[in-house]
Order: sequence, then structure tokens, then C-alpha cells
Amino acid sequence: MYPNEYRYTKEHEWVRLEGGTATVGITDYAQHALGDVVYVEMPRAGTKLAAGKSFGTVESVKAVSEIYAPVSGEVTEINASLAGAPELINTDPHGQGWLVKVKGAAPSEITTLMDAAAYQAYIAEKEKEASA
Amino acid sequence: MRYLPKSPSERQEMLDVIGVRSAEELFRSIPEEFRLKRPLNLPGPLSEAELIRYFQDRAAENSRGYTSFLGAGVYNHLRSVVVDTIIQRGEFLTSYTPYQAEISQGTLQAIFEFQTLMCELTGQEVANASMWDGSTATTEAVLMADRLTDRQRVLVARSLHPEYRAVLATYAKNVGLEIHEIGFTASGQIDTAALAAAIDAQTAAVVVQSPNFLGVIEPVAQIAELAHAAEALAVVAIAEGVSLGVVRPPAEADIVALEAQSFGLAPSYGGPYAGAIATREKFVRQMPGRLAGQTTDSQGRRGFCLTLATREQHIRRERATSNICTNQALCALAATVQLCLLGKQGLREMAEQNLAKAQYALAKLEEIPGVRRALSGPVFNEFVIRLPRSVRLVNAELLREKIIGPLPLGPFYPDLTKCGLVCVTETTSREEIDRLVASVQRILAKPLGGSLI
Repeated sequence: MYPNEYRYTKEHEWVRLEGGTATVGITDYAQHALGDVVYVEMPRAGTKLAAGKSFGTVESVKAVSEIYAPVSGEVTEINASLAGAPELINTDPHGQGWLVKVKGAAPSEITTLMDAAAYQAYIAEKEKEASA
Repeated sequence: MRYLPKSPSERQEMLDVIGVRSAEELFRSIPEEFRLKRPLNLPGPLSEAELIRYFQDRAAENSRGYTSFLGAGVYNHLRSVVVDTIIQRGEFLTSYTPYQAEISQGTLQAIFEFQTLMCELTGQEVANASMWDGSTATTEAVLMADRLTDRQRVLVARSLHPEYRAVLATYAKNVGLEIHEIGFTASGQIDTAALAAAIDAQTAAVVVQSPNFLGVIEPVAQIAELAHAAEALAVVAIAEGVSLGVVRPPAEADIVALEAQSFGLAPSYGGPYAGAIATREKFVRQMPGRLAGQTTDSQGRRGFCLTLATREQHIRRERATSNICTNQALCALAATVQLCLLGKQGLREMAEQNLAKAQYALAKLEEIPGVRRALSGPVFNEFVIRLPRSVRLVNAELLREKIIGPLPLGPFYPDLTKCGLVCVTETTSREEIDRLVASVQRILAKPLGGSLI
């Protein structure tokens, strides 16, 4: 479910580093919590992101939620398919539902994030809290 | 909402339940120095009979039998008794803004129909479920343009209602918007050459009102074209909705901010009135407020639901698209009822009467020696005349004849001293217009007395 090569944030974004490019999306847990995604608001290419800061929103039928940058860097590409098919975030959150590609991310920022095992433990804890 | 009086024993019961000794204890979190130690400065309670007498006396203070030629953002139009009959139904009158929306299907349907009417009137694709009034709608339209373009410079026609400009300036000061005013020419229309020169790559929006505060209809298509050439947005404010019965809708505008007072809402000090924002569908997520949508339920029946409320304050807190939360549902309902009663043909006929009567009044006033039309541009039901004397002094004499004369424009536009804004609607009779003309003529024919200088 949660790819091993990805890293995860407490705000439920994932990031995958390939070469110098970091791809960012929201996790399956996040899409499930949001419900049907109807709209994604994203920055323009060229926007500088700061780790931990909001860079866009995901709107579901229930709510509008902030997306926080897992890493710092410059947006090189946004997922244009989401404009016409925001439901890709629900159907394939870790693949076709990616949000932005970022360059210049520091590897040190990425290594501080959770790996798949740590993230799964984190959400298991969350769910335990929620059902408690 | 019912009025529920509380007896001392009921108060005590409530205090016991929550476990405090007195109501004052509930205010402990407010620091001592900020608490009011004395009773509020209010008159004591009145008995029912005294209360009725009090309001009868206030009602008797109202003026009767006056003919008004005031417009300037608030218009006297016919309103059907059906409007009050419907809005006074308890289901509408006492219900609060629908937070658990879908249980209030009637309210949602009324909002949906208001939105539909606003779209049809303005030639836009979506309209929200009302704003506070025309001034806040205009300001929210500008804030929306700022979000959409990520630019901070706003070019505002000087002929936008002065009070709308004041509201805009109040917001602008605190959100870092830079406002530049663009003047008008001898026609009363925006100076398009000055506008073209002022538009740049930092311009978020061009804001005009049409018909503008001086009654003149703006060349909206041309203004929008100038704005679009710089990738700025065209915001059009409409203070007199009835004009849309004959004037082409501002379909070229990107955002339309409309005051709906003309539809079934009687002139009344500062309101309450109802505004609306209408825009292109692609901008809908930056539109403040909420939308009611039409849908079908699980059994395929027509139903209504609230859509786009997810960006409102009660959900998004400080990240909401605007601080508009409670809408003007009751006033919007009044507008909806009045517009439905008028229908397309009725609105057109009403607008044609405004146009014809204003033209008649203008022609008659211009026949008076020394009185002339101040601006040459096309008008709807308001126009500016220049008098050989102070409008204020002429008005003082008109008032003695129970005529409320034109609005003196000098306080708003120093270049328009001795100019007055005359409004004529379908409620103004030909006899009343003739009486105004005869009175103005007689007043101006009198030599200026020493006391008047």
C-alpha cells in the first residue's frame, strides 16, 4: 500500500526523490479521510515551496484541506490531469494522483521524514486514537 | 425564533446545572479592568401600552406626501404586497442561515432561484447566494480579482459610488491593495485614454459601475477589452438593477457585483439590502459565500443542496475566501419574489418607464433658462443637471413645497458644484415631474436675496 521508496509527513503527504526531482502527493490515508476529491488548487510552475508551509488545497465534498510541502524547492511541473480528473487522487493517490514535481529539494530534508513502516505505525496510532 | 423570558427561578436552575453561583462568574475569563462595572446606559423597560405608544409616535415622525427625486444607489420602485406576504412566513422570516442546509429545502430552493435570476440578469455563469449589499459585493469582487491574478493594483472609476469606494478603501488599506482612481470625461463615462495608460502588468482589476454614480452607462465591453489586454479582470458594479431591463447585461465582465435593493426592497436608511456576486464558472472557487445547487435524491426526485460552502468561514476559519458568513437570505428572497412577479416582460416594461420618464424630466428641466445637462453620455433613470445656483439652496426651497430635490454632487465631486443628480423612476408621475420643473423654474427666476448669498 505505502511504497517503501517514498517518504511521508505527519500531514499525510508523500514524496519520492528521483534524480534531482521530488514528486509530491497526498497519501491513501489522506484521500480516504477526505472523501471524493472534486478540485485541487495548485501553485504555478516556478513557485518556491518551503517545507512545512501550505502550497495548495484539496477540496472534497466535505472540506477544503491544505497541502503542506514535505520539502523545500521550486515547482517544475504540476499534474495537469487533475484539473479534469481530480478523482485520480482517490483512485491512485501514490501514482497518477501526484500533485507537483519539485527541484532543489535537499536530501537531508527528505531523510528526516517517515519511511513507509514509520508512517504506517503513525496512522495506526491515529486510528487507535480516533476509535478510542 | 421565539422570545423566551427567564424567571429568577429559571436562571437559578440554569446556574445550578452548570455549577456556578452567578452569571457574573461566567465573565471571570475577562480581565477585571475590562469588565463593565455599571449598568448599560439604556432606558428602563416599558409596558406593552407604553411601547405601542412609543412606536406610534416614532411612526408619526415619518414624512408623508413628499415627492423624492433622490436615487444615488437607493431606488424607489414599486413593490408588490406579495413580497411581504411571502417573506413574513415564519419558515423564511425566523430561520437562521442554513448550516445543516439540506433539511431546509424551501430555503435552498429560494437561494437557487435567486442565483438563477442573478445569472440571467447579469449575463454571467454563476452567482452566489447573496452578499451584504452592493458595496461589500464590489469590494469582495476586488478581493476575488486579487486572489485570481495575484496582483495588487486596482484601477477604480471615480464614478463608482463614493460609498462603495469608501468601503473598498477600508478593506484595501488592510490587505495591501493599491487603489488608483480613474476620472471621467465630459460624457460622464470613464476616461478610457487615462485607463489605457494606467493599466499595467500589476493591475488586478478595473472597477466601474454602470450606470455609474452619475447615472451614465459605461462602455463595459470596451473597458473589459482594455483590462483583458493586460490580463487584468473587469469588475462591474450595478447599483440600479432595474437598468438591466433595457441595458445590455455586462456579459464581458469577469465579475459583476450587484445591489438587489431595486427589486422589492424599500428604501430604508442603510438597509438591509442584498448584494450578489456573479462571475464566470472558472472563477467559482474564488467566489465568496456559498452556492445552492439542484440535484436529485436517491429516488430521483428534484432536490437542492448546498455546494461550495466548504470555503466558508465556519469550515475554513481564517483561510475562508471571505468573512461573509451569514448571507442576506431574507432580502434575497424579497428580490426573488419581486423579480418572479415582474417576469422578463414586466422588468422590461418597468425599465422602459424609468427611461422614458427620466428623458421627459431631463428635457423639461433643460427648457429652464440656465439649467443644462452636465454630462453628455447615455443615461438610464438618473442624470446630472447643472444649475446657475447652489443645489442646496434650491433644494431648501423645494422642500417647502414637499419636493425632495436632486442630490447635490459638490460634496462628492468638487468639479461638479452646482450640479445635482436627479432620479426618476416608474413611481414618479408626470404631474410630479411637471411640479418639480415649475418649482425649479420659479425658484431660479427669483432674484437672489441677500440672505441667500
